[in-house]
Amino acid sequence: MLSGIQLFPEEASTFAPKVDALYFFLVAVSAFFVVLIAGMLLFFAIKYRRRSPNEVGAPIHGGLLLETVWTVIPLLIAMVMFVWAADLYFQAYKPPKGPAINVYVLAKQWMWKFQHMDGQREINELHIPVDQRIKLIMTSQDVIHSFFVPDFRVKMDVLPGRYRTLWFEATRVGTYHLFCSQYCGTGHSRMTGEVIVMTPEAYAAWKAGGVSGDTMATAGEKLFTNLACVTCHNAQSGARGPILTGLFNQKVALTGGHPVVADDAYLRQSIMNPGSQVVAGYQPIMPTYQGLVNEEQLLDLIEYIKTLKAMPAVPTVTTSEPDGRAVPKSSARSLPVAPSAQR
Amino acid sequence: MTTAVLPRENYLNTDYRLRSWLLTTDHKRICILYLLTITMFFAIGGAFATMIRLSLVNPAGTLVSDETYNKLFTMHGIIMVFFFLVPSIPATLGNFLIPMMIGAKDVAFPKLNLASWYIFVTGGCFTLWALISGGVDTGWTFYTPFSTLSSNTNVSLAAIGIFIAGFASILTGLNFMVTIHRMRAPGMTWFRMPLFLWSMYATSLIMVLGTPVLAITLLLVAAERVLHLGIFDPSRGGDPVLFQHLFWFYSHPAVYIMIVPGMGVTSELIAAFSRKRIFGYEFVAFASLAIAVLGFLVWGHHLFVAGLSIYSAMVFSLLSYLVAIPSAIKVFNWTATLYKGSVSYATPMLYAFGFIWMFTIGGLTGLFLAALGLDVHVHDTYFVIAHFHYIMVGGAIMGYLGGLHYWWPKMTGRLYPEGWAKLGALTIFLGFNLTFFPQFILGYMGMPRRYHVYPPEFQALNVLSSAGASVLGIGYLIPLVYLLWSLKYGPIAGDNPWGAKGLEWTTTSPPPTHNFAVTPIVTEPAYNYAGEQEESRVG
Amino acid sequence: MTSQAAVAPPRALQHHFDSLEQQRDVATLGMWIFLVTEALFFGGLFTAYLVYRSMYPHAFAVASEHTLIALGAANTAILITSSLTMALAVHAAQEGNQKSIIRFLVFTFLLGTAFLVLKGVEYTVDMRDHLLPGANFAIAGANPGHAEIFFSLYFIMTGLHAIHMIVGLSLLVVIMYMTSKGRFSKEYHAPVEVMGLYWHFVDIIWIFLFPLLYLIDRHK
Repeated sequence: MLSGIQLFPEEASTFAPKVDALYFFLVAVSAFFVVLIAGMLLFFAIKYRRRSPNEVGAPIHGGLLLETVWTVIPLLIAMVMFVWAADLYFQAYKPPKGPAINVYVLAKQWMWKFQHMDGQREINELHIPVDQRIKLIMTSQDVIHSFFVPDFRVKMDVLPGRYRTLWFEATRVGTYHLFCSQYCGTGHSRMTGEVIVMTPEAYAAWKAGGVSGDTMATAGEKLFTNLACVTCHNAQSGARGPILTGLFNQKVALTGGHPVVADDAYLRQSIMNPGSQVVAGYQPIMPTYQGLVNEEQLLDLIEYIKTLKAMPAVPTVTTSEPDGRAVPKSSARSLPVAPSAQR
Repeated sequence: MTTAVLPRENYLNTDYRLRSWLLTTDHKRICILYLLTITMFFAIGGAFATMIRLSLVNPAGTLVSDETYNKLFTMHGIIMVFFFLVPSIPATLGNFLIPMMIGAKDVAFPKLNLASWYIFVTGGCFTLWALISGGVDTGWTFYTPFSTLSSNTNVSLAAIGIFIAGFASILTGLNFMVTIHRMRAPGMTWFRMPLFLWSMYATSLIMVLGTPVLAITLLLVAAERVLHLGIFDPSRGGDPVLFQHLFWFYSHPAVYIMIVPGMGVTSELIAAFSRKRIFGYEFVAFASLAIAVLGFLVWGHHLFVAGLSIYSAMVFSLLSYLVAIPSAIKVFNWTATLYKGSVSYATPMLYAFGFIWMFTIGGLTGLFLAALGLDVHVHDTYFVIAHFHYIMVGGAIMGYLGGLHYWWPKMTGRLYPEGWAKLGALTIFLGFNLTFFPQFILGYMGMPRRYHVYPPEFQALNVLSSAGASVLGIGYLIPLVYLLWSLKYGPIAGDNPWGAKGLEWTTTSPPPTHNFAVTPIVTEPAYNYAGEQEESRVG
Repeated sequence: MTSQAAVAPPRALQHHFDSLEQQRDVATLGMWIFLVTEALFFGGLFTAYLVYRSMYPHAFAVASEHTLIALGAANTAILITSSLTMALAVHAAQEGNQKSIIRFLVFTFLLGTAFLVLKGVEYTVDMRDHLLPGANFAIAGANPGHAEIFFSLYFIMTGLHAIHMIVGLSLLVVIMYMTSKGRFSKEYHAPVEVMGLYWHFVDIIWIFLFPLLYLIDRHK
């Protein structure tokens, strides 16, 4: 390992060389000013060293020209840095339109759980193909964590109760460190993992050999039925709940408010706190599912809604709750009185 | 030259009883009280730093348990920030010098001054109690919901300790502002004041406006823990990022509380040891105020990856670049002051040089962090740690030590041994750079902060950093020893051993309790080494 | 010491000041700066309130309907009146009228106490109605978590205000005592003025709290 004393991270994403270019520019500017200041200090300190005990300095007060020059020039340099860096930030944090492989990320003390759309689940390891855009939809189950892959130069805090989207495109096959970079308790330094970037062939092979099981969408569909969502959200005309097909990323008109975009966060909010955003033209009768679904199930439901092609038919038999209670069809559940324990 | 003697009656020897110290309202004695207290806290915070660097030598991080390590960096941060750096120059040198520099007998509210020391000590006791009875492990930043819901350590106790100590800060700032406004001697106009006073005024402004917001934020955290409220609990509708906004609204200006006094000291040192007026006096004075004001507008740069909207992130980034400019102006003005000066290499000047150089590096690396696209990579890594230690240790502590050496003769009547002092300054300088420069590289490589277990490729730089820390530790011990030694054995200093300008040098060393036998009347500008007549100026 | 030797300095003049006027200026400026810090202290709470209000307008509206507007309004009237009596006390001090100072300070004290009594009644009723955040919190017609945030802020903001009132009442007692000992005169009465500043500030905080917590979005 001694021969490989590394002093610089690898450039393994489309973003990394851009960040490094800005970094080197800043290093160069900083080195220039540090050398300049140190040099001038040294030069003046030697040239004007005190030669007799009662010597005093010359009566110089200042110079407006000099003040202006050394205010304006640093300001201009700073503005160059600002604009360059802001442009990079836009690129990093605004996922570009177009196809991407979505992976859901669930952070919890002290591990990373990844859910691929096809149902594959990973813990602390993320397999992705090289040269393809990856979109991570991330949330935390408990405290704030942060998803950080140094070799990609990407990082984003992962928040409880919110979804955040991070995108990147890996450019080199290899295995790269994943760190949690927001202090989250005892196991913070152990909450690390690996991002494994594979050739398309290797990735296909990995996917094929994956654990069989429900895709996220299928799991979501089962939940949709078991939790009686279909009671109100169904294909029947005059159904009590809005249509969900083609809903994702569309504008939705809310009661008494301006339209919002139905993104991941909106869908989560609709399930956890429906009273806060009622679709215009519908009654505020949807009960909250807080305490009845966990974060992983939420992700499955959201994936299901995203892929929904047609609303399900109204069920003709009583459905059962996950806890076994039977729910007669066409019942409207009342609001829960107090929040259930959620820790 | 006749044998110098200490003045027969001075503020130190008027009364030797303990109660005359514990009930003093003399700002100079209160300075000494604070000096002793913060030195003790520095030792405690330094002990934690030692443990941290020892632990980081080994990538497996097995020196201490996970929980212990998390408590170590938390307590190191809390003690160093709130109980050493924030009070350091203001409560010691500020207390001693502000009345003297303006020609007053004391600060505006002497009893409040003493009260603020007791409040500080009380806050310190609560915090030490939190430490001894199990520690805190939230990081000095107390991020929610970890601090409110997940941590099972003495969070509320530590929060209360900091809350109480915050009042000491507020009262000190209030006292200084009123003193500077209303108690200047006849002829001491604003623009005749030494620049140290401008920087103390700017610092006081920040203390007064920012600290209350920290107080209420910590109160909310403690209330949430104790009363099981849900203000920051996402499962009950709370927003944990709101905590970050409230916390950093104080804690960013707080870093200016920690550096602006050091800048003020540097102005005094550069002027005194070049025997020349600071180049661009008005620019430096206004730069202090500009830093104070702009410093309140940039807190969002701590939240670039935390969930800010892209657009507000841009605003905060722009403002963060703007706040760097006044600091740059000061560095250029200090450097220009040396031109055609009469430069002495006395120890305080060496500390001033160190300050300028290391503050420049620290400040420039702040530009890296203000750069949005780059901050995505280096945020929450060792790059940030290196950045703020360059400013707070390479800057603020060097300023503090420089000021302590410069005014030591005035405060104690004694000179310290110059050879040892230079050795101490050099050791600190070398040790500091060896400790913290490698951390820039570690940070860019991706080592996150608050990690004690790390991949083996980070080890070489960590070992280098820890080696530097041992040198730095020795460096801090050297002044401790010789400064104490000088109290008894140092040569008598006389009124003005440096031949410096400033009202404090016109009275005896140590000064009498009431500072001046006769209230001075000021007729010349600051730093009037060349003996000029003052041109008429507006204001 | 030239002209000062001719006239003994007033008893109230502290040693580090040159004149009573300077001392009064210093005291007043000090209190103003202290009040600015208090404004920022409460400001953090106002910020949190405004943020959550904009996030949960419905829950906050429902929650604010459960506040006791009659008691709140009565308290507002009481506090504004107490600011009047406080201002009259300061005026009396400027006139050097000892009896009036004490009379108006007593009125201020009684009004302040009445405020706290009504606040206590309000809190008792709130607790009975399960509005105290915690295990027993319950509210109908709104998301309970969000409504609980309203009441957490409500109790913290009004509670902190009440603590400031208690401090104010204690200070009033001190000023009353000083007045009764004949310490004040036309020339020296800065403590009464400074007390007035503090009292007015505590009043102003309530004048912001009342509309925000009790009035906005309240349905009939």
